[in-house]
Amino acid sequence: MSELIDPAVAERVLARALANGGRFAEVFAERRQGFSMSIDESRIEAVQSGAEEGAGVRVVAGGTTYFAHVDGLDPADLERAAAEAASALRGERREPRALEAVASTPLPIERRPEEVPAARKAELLRELDERARGQGGEIAQFTSSYAEARRQVTVANSDGLLSGDDRTRTRIGAQAVARRGDAVETGAETLGAHRGFELLEDDPGEIAEQAARKALTLLDAGPAPSGSMPVVVGGGFGGVLFHEMTGHGLEADHVQKGASVYAGKLGAQVAQPLLNAYDDGRLPSEWGSDAIDDEGVPTQKTQVIEAGRLTAYLYDRLTAERDGVAPTGNGRRESFRHLPIPRMTNTYIAPGESTAEEMIAELDQGFYAVSFGGGQVDPATGDFVFGVSEGYLIEAGKVTRPCRGATLIGNCLEALMAIDAVGDDFFM
Amino acid sequence: MSELSTTAGRAVEAALTAGAGEAEAYASREAGREVRVHGGEVESLTAATQSGIGVRAWIGGRVGYAYGTDLSAAGVAAIAGRAAEAAAVADEDEFALPPQPAAVEALPGLSDPSVEVWTSAQAAALALTVERTALAADPRVVAVEQVVYADSAERVAIASSTGLAGEYEASDCFAYLQALAEGEGGRETGLGFGLARGPDGLEPEAIGTEGAARATAMIGASKPVSRACPVVLDPTVAASFVGLIGGALGANAVQRGRSPFAGRLGDELAADALALRDDGRDPAGSASAPFDGEGLPRRRTDLIEGGRLRAFLYDTYTAKREGVGSTGSASRHGYRSLPSVSPSNLIVAPGAIDFAELLAAAGEGVFVTDVAGLHSGVNPVTGVFSVGASGRAIRAGELAEPLREFTIAGDLISLLGSVRAAGSESRWVPFGGSVSTPPLLIGELAVSGS
Repeated sequence: MSELIDPAVAERVLARALANGGRFAEVFAERRQGFSMSIDESRIEAVQSGAEEGAGVRVVAGGTTYFAHVDGLDPADLERAAAEAASALRGERREPRALEAVASTPLPIERRPEEVPAARKAELLRELDERARGQGGEIAQFTSSYAEARRQVTVANSDGLLSGDDRTRTRIGAQAVARRGDAVETGAETLGAHRGFELLEDDPGEIAEQAARKALTLLDAGPAPSGSMPVVVGGGFGGVLFHEMTGHGLEADHVQKGASVYAGKLGAQVAQPLLNAYDDGRLPSEWGSDAIDDEGVPTQKTQVIEAGRLTAYLYDRLTAERDGVAPTGNGRRESFRHLPIPRMTNTYIAPGESTAEEMIAELDQGFYAVSFGGGQVDPATGDFVFGVSEGYLIEAGKVTRPCRGATLIGNCLEALMAIDAVGDDFFM
Repeated sequence: MSELSTTAGRAVEAALTAGAGEAEAYASREAGREVRVHGGEVESLTAATQSGIGVRAWIGGRVGYAYGTDLSAAGVAAIAGRAAEAAAVADEDEFALPPQPAAVEALPGLSDPSVEVWTSAQAAALALTVERTALAADPRVVAVEQVVYADSAERVAIASSTGLAGEYEASDCFAYLQALAEGEGGRETGLGFGLARGPDGLEPEAIGTEGAARATAMIGASKPVSRACPVVLDPTVAASFVGLIGGALGANAVQRGRSPFAGRLGDELAADALALRDDGRDPAGSASAPFDGEGLPRRRTDLIEGGRLRAFLYDTYTAKREGVGSTGSASRHGYRSLPSVSPSNLIVAPGAIDFAELLAAAGEGVFVTDVAGLHSGVNPVTGVFSVGASGRAIRAGELAEPLREFTIAGDLISLLGSVRAAGSESRWVPFGGSVSTPPLLIGELAVSGS
């Protein structure tokens, strides 16, 4: 694939970055293009497109990273950023190694979204609007959004690496509001992937109906129970739970600062032997997948929990260097305006042998969390919260009634250890 | 006229040439830096410049938007062309009309020269002081996860085909830390922060002390018993709720039936104890500016006064829909975003009693110092919330044992109705937007623990 910056320019920038010393220098160049629109009150609006490009240059010396970023990819500006990053250093000049291009294969995109006419995207949103409103007169409001984003990146560093990636993600979201008298409820659904417009060629309208049905179901919901009880988490969302609850605590920056409850627990039994969990940046088409991470390290599949034992942390280059291990391809940056940090790609729990029906049948009293609206964890204490967007009461081994506004709360060390069955129906 | 205004003017012309009937351009240029400190060392030092432009184009009542970082003549023309193209895709909306110029009064005091004067070494020293203070404050503070210091100076220019033209400069800076304390077999975190227009206005010792105090206060925390009881909200927590209420008072959500406040204008929703206003010109508020995201004057709007809901917040579009005037409430997240209705600075009027008296008035209850999961735990359409919380028990009107892993639940309208008193000491908080609020005493709120 073609580089965003000429290799000769990249070499000059890296040499300038190491002019005052430092053991590592890197230039990360990026071009971002996006297009989005939404439908609200059955009208297409907020049609917008964006195009940004720029680069960040960092120099690492001792325990300190010096970083400067600029908009645009003009060679003179890149050299200025390199000089800026190096300006606080007073050491001996170091010569970067000659760049050698490392081939990477971006995830395949079948139908480039930017080549699909905007009118087709508008038509898609109108179809979603009709499908949601077709769920009944109690659907009072419906909004939906379409977004495509392409990120082309080039990474070059003083160890001689030159690599790149070309990433396209497409996403639609649907939110429905249902009303019956004074009662108002909402339902939301999203569909997104590291794919092109082909993502939306099957039956995208399905998510509009799902969002509408969620809102309608909640009109009949009662209050959520309070107190401690067993929880069955719906397929797909076990990974979400694991991502928020445990995954962040495995990111090496938290671990190395002692700001993770999993610090010092490598090899320890943190879950029941039936639990196996992975971080996998190579799953085809998944939202969190890339060919390389934002430091040019190929993404990989990392088993983080094996038979309940903690087997790995997730690293970027600097944190891996500090622990004397190889980076795991988790160096991610929000944009060229940010430094990389070790963050999860796709996390999931390997399928087990139980079915949801079996798990529910065993419970006298419990809660069935079908999907989450989101969650948050403090990796240092392990305390987490999750908002349940679709949840049901379990009574005497049966799902009895929907509950509104449920929040799951707990501590990840205890909660992970308390997973005592894993379902067999796997999906992301 | 500055180069930025010239660029904005050129973008407007280019959009008209590309087929737009009307156009508006918003350009910004920003210089900033960030220092991260850990373990007595500078972990990273970032120097940043960024600039960009966003163009809104109208073709009749159809609106399109485009933004980009390429401010060359060709780059700006391309962005303007994409805005006009985007407008052609949108549906007609009779109320979507460009803002007409209105007199804008200058607003001095938004820039602090210390942002420019301070060296990065001085900024790093400030961050190190924050860390050192936290570690020295209490032996149970075992580490500081990170201290972050950041500042920026920004210039904004706006121009439109209807004759709007304006420009201003503003600076701001903040520092925060996450302190880690250990004791009784557990680890706790505590946030401390400070906000100012420039580093001269920050108090590093106070920030470090706050983080240490918050972390150590939580040592040995347990779950409270589930019940409905009086609750005192710390200003950081009150600010999050005030931000949610302010967001729900935006006319866009109200008009589209997605706000719990729809149809409630003039209703008595709160006790006299609560007065809430939006003030886009308060020099102490970080969201202050002479004009809003579409060039109309920022101003003060009383939202809740004498317990009654007095007003909603409007931009040009929502104002046209109701035949009223804009309240100067079009906000942007920089040049990348279309303007939309949102609060500027939300200010809760301080009350007459201090914190100790607030606790005494609560009697038996819970003091909430942190909430988590606001993103997933609050439904902005219905106002129903259930969020994770931690804090301290209140016993016989005084702070008692620390509490964690509980939820507080209710809805925003009932919450407003049960505010019994506002404390006398307000604080600016960057959560929930830009909010100034004292601690608040809620007469009764559902606490769910064990």
